[in-house]
Amino acid sequence: MSLQSFFVWCEHTVIGTTVRESIWMFPIIEVVHLIGLAVLGGAILLVDLRLVGFGLHGVPIASLARSARPFLWASLALTIGSGLLLFLAEALKCYENPAFWLKISLLILALLFAGLVRSRFTQDAGVGPLHLGARLSGAVSIVLWTGVAAAGRGIGFW
Amino acid sequence: MFIVQAAEWLEATWVSVAIRESIWVYPVVESIHVVTIALFLGLTAAMDARLLGAALRETPVGVVMANLLPWIRIGFAVMVVTGLLLFAGTPVRFMTNIFFQVKLGLLALAGLNVWLFHYRLYPTVHEWGAAARPPRHARLAGAASLLLWTLAVATGRLIAYNWFE
Repeated sequence: MSLQSFFVWCEHTVIGTTVRESIWMFPIIEVVHLIGLAVLGGAILLVDLRLVGFGLHGVPIASLARSARPFLWASLALTIGSGLLLFLAEALKCYENPAFWLKISLLILALLFAGLVRSRFTQDAGVGPLHLGARLSGAVSIVLWTGVAAAGRGIGFW
Repeated sequence: MFIVQAAEWLEATWVSVAIRESIWVYPVVESIHVVTIALFLGLTAAMDARLLGAALRETPVGVVMANLLPWIRIGFAVMVVTGLLLFAGTPVRFMTNIFFQVKLGLLALAGLNVWLFHYRLYPTVHEWGAAARPPRHARLAGAASLLLWTLAVATGRLIAYNWFE
């Protein structure tokens, strides 16, 4: 099966067809996706701003990250779940859409970066000044996730 | 109606025409508006979660707010400027859109909630802010903030649709 025929199959699934043919489902799922984006943004920025050195001074990064974690997982589930529904509704449009591929690439990069690099710095239980690596990881994370969100909005404009 | 006339006047100005006719202004401004939701509503939600006693329970409310408010204010400023630009592009369509009308009402209520919180509750934050679960009025303000700003974002997204026209 080629990649394109897989996308065609996605578009013809019961879920994809149902969302596409409903007047109100797509907009409502978009709203859920946006609210998920807000919570995800908050959970990430809370930790990233602190990593960069602009956030909650005096609070250990490890404790900030622990506080943000349930919101991070919940919002990831919400954005990915709603995003999948939106994707199924217009899979073929996505296949031909450069913004979609940019978004998926940045999303994979952002997730890999969070799991492999950023996670090393979020276990810091101290409150002292951060070294360059930690600050850079916060900045890179902000840039990557901003790119994911911006490219995501771009799908609709293409 | 006066408001529609004002919108028609605005729509005829060169600023409005420029925004409407450019192929890139609208997508760029709207993308900034959307991405800034993550900064503004994201950190507002974090602050509200602290007021509700649902997150950052060991950190006093005053400390959380002192650190997050500058970012929330920056986010709010960007939301307002980009929002006004989007509005200025097609003001008549916005003013006659039910979701935009509801959104304006929600923004007014959210603003009232901010005002009440800052002048009635925040001045005494050193007395109650250290509690893991803040007092009832503070929790109420946090819940109202979360609900109103979330609905403002939701109705904002729906402006793109005109189900009731």
